[in-house]
Amino acid sequence: MGRKILLADIAVPDIEEYHVYRANGGYRSVEKALLGMTPAEVSGEVTKSGLRGRGGAGFPTGLKWSFLDKKSEKPRYLVCNADESEPGTFKDRYLMHHLPHLLIEGLIVSCYALGVHTCYIYIRGEFKYLVGILENAIREARSHGFLGEKILGTPFNLQIFVHPGAGAYICGEETALLESIEGKRGNPRIKPPFPAFKGLYGCPTVVNNVETLASVGPIVMMGGETYATIGKGKSTGTKLISACGNINNPGVYEIELGLPVEDFIFGKEYCNGIVGHKSLKAVIPGGSSVPILPAGLMLKTAEGNTRLMTYESLSDGDFISGTMLGSGGFIVYGEDACIVRNTWNLTRFYRHESCGQCSPCREGTAWMEKILYRIEHGEGKPSDIDLLAKIARNIEGNTICPLGDAAAWPVASAIRHFREEFEDHVLHPAAVLEKERSVKERG
Amino acid sequence: MEHNHIINHKQFVKTGRTVAFTPDVLKKVQSLIARYPKGEQKSALLPVLHIAQEELGGYLSTDVMDYVAGLLHITPIEVYEVATFYSMFYLEKTGKYVIEVCHTGPCSIAGGEQVLAYLKKTLGIDSGETTPDGLFTLNEVECLGACGNAPVMQVNTWFYEHLTCDKIDQILKELKENANQGKPNDSRWVEKFC
Ligand SMILES: Cc1cc2nc3c(=O)[nH]c(=O)nc-3n(C[C@H](O)[C@H](O)[C@H](O)COP(=O)(O)O)c2cc1C
Ligand code: SF4
Ligand code: FES
Repeated sequence: MGRKILLADIAVPDIEEYHVYRANGGYRSVEKALLGMTPAEVSGEVTKSGLRGRGGAGFPTGLKWSFLDKKSEKPRYLVCNADESEPGTFKDRYLMHHLPHLLIEGLIVSCYALGVHTCYIYIRGEFKYLVGILENAIREARSHGFLGEKILGTPFNLQIFVHPGAGAYICGEETALLESIEGKRGNPRIKPPFPAFKGLYGCPTVVNNVETLASVGPIVMMGGETYATIGKGKSTGTKLISACGNINNPGVYEIELGLPVEDFIFGKEYCNGIVGHKSLKAVIPGGSSVPILPAGLMLKTAEGNTRLMTYESLSDGDFISGTMLGSGGFIVYGEDACIVRNTWNLTRFYRHESCGQCSPCREGTAWMEKILYRIEHGEGKPSDIDLLAKIARNIEGNTICPLGDAAAWPVASAIRHFREEFEDHVLHPAAVLEKERSVKERG
Repeated sequence: MEHNHIINHKQFVKTGRTVAFTPDVLKKVQSLIARYPKGEQKSALLPVLHIAQEELGGYLSTDVMDYVAGLLHITPIEVYEVATFYSMFYLEKTGKYVIEVCHTGPCSIAGGEQVLAYLKKTLGIDSGETTPDGLFTLNEVECLGACGNAPVMQVNTWFYEHLTCDKIDQILKELKENANQGKPNDSRWVEKFC
């Protein structure tokens, strides 16, 4: 279960530098693909690998690539989504910081497979320091003949550019991201048309996450079929999990998909248990947008099966008793965490980040935040809890982009699994406030 | 993003200054514009606004935005609507150091609220305000993508992580000492691009 693919060389000193990376087998997938495979063969390996998008939705990457409009005469684009703004998610930052060449290598091979000659890396503006690291890696790759004109003497040309965002979570949504690259406000587009047909500048475009694209090099090297034997079932390969919250060892871990959740939370080589020997209360396993689960349901499914770190196992029970692997942003709550306060906090996030185009999202997030604020601050009414659930239901599925759902699910799941805690806040506000104050002082 | 800017019809600040990049910076900006296809020069707006904000006074005055509009051959309103959407662009004068404290879930449960309270007390200002000496502006921001090292803040986009009160004292002290020597740990946007 300890197999490393993306982070295999992370401990090699100076692996972020071109020469060290190259000496450790770097850019071999570019040679293998460009000199010995057709673009269709490269895509075929990605399809066979079963790789699923690491940005959150888990959509099969090979299938997404196959949708790209092949008939269009227009140029095609690959956009690497490095916006990473989902609370709890910080794996792409880690990867770009320590292994920038792994990403560039993956981008080159992916662009070759897709027939793309211009690729943009859209990186959140707050990661300014990474812009220099990536630009440097691009420069090094170019000076060694892996980018630019006639790469490795083949007719293949490619330019990669870094494009910074400027502070807007919504720009992680792929169509908002495209608007943002075009120099506009990050308002998501109505789909269809999908980016595969009308993406950047109205041209066929593929948008993939950093980790997804970084996986393409290793897949080409080991072959799709071998990659597919790693992991479990349809959750093939490895996944970067960024773990945070009340755990002893927060950080970024590469896990083989299929690891039991319990091993991940309590294993010494991973999160290493809850801070202060406290008990586990709840987990949001896939970034703040996925449903929260209480400890019991996090470790075992409703049927009593061991919960595994896979797309399937985590969503077992759907939203009644399950959740999602999402982006792999694993937020762990110990026994002292206040679910109401946390739900209010995250709802404030979505209210702030709503682009404002659709009324259910714009108004709904604002109302939910207002109501959660008053519940958390001891001014809630008993009817507020059902009102919240109702607002969440009215947002879900009624918006242009999934941010509306992302805002609704945390609220709906918190009420579903921790209703008593909301009731406690409403019925015994003084006692709850007192308890929170004492936890804060101790902690 | 910040709907307040729209709802309050916040007046953009017009300084009346003539603003322009230095020839060196302008050359870099032109090469940035050339990264995008012909006719799509508007795509350079975000990177150019980052550079403009940093090089031309620390915030985007109307004069600066109008200048950028001219450079990209777009209308001023196209710049204003973008500048008001993204949280990293400031429409009002800021301090030399903009401290942005993350207040989102993971940071919040790891002491982010105490960090914020401590900064408010130490600097004697509320969020959104600037110290009278013009050195520090304090802002609350959403998740900075560094939750494993919570609590976290950025000063002019430089990360400071695993914050404690002692660490904050130390950081503020260093920033004050370096206030006259350019920005420590913080190279300019324009230098980030090759
Ligand atoms: C509100 C919102 C924010 C998102 N933020 C990100 C992000 O920061 N990074 C990312 O890779 N995908 C993000 N996504 C998902 C993207 O829209 C898109 O599905 C993804 O980049 C596709 O890449 P993948 O197939 O490799 O996962 C976000 C989606 C939504 C709705
Ligand atoms: S759901 Fe929210 S963020 Fe998405 S387009 Fe509608 S208003 Fe904007
Ligand atoms: S919550 Fe503060 S960096 Fe993510």
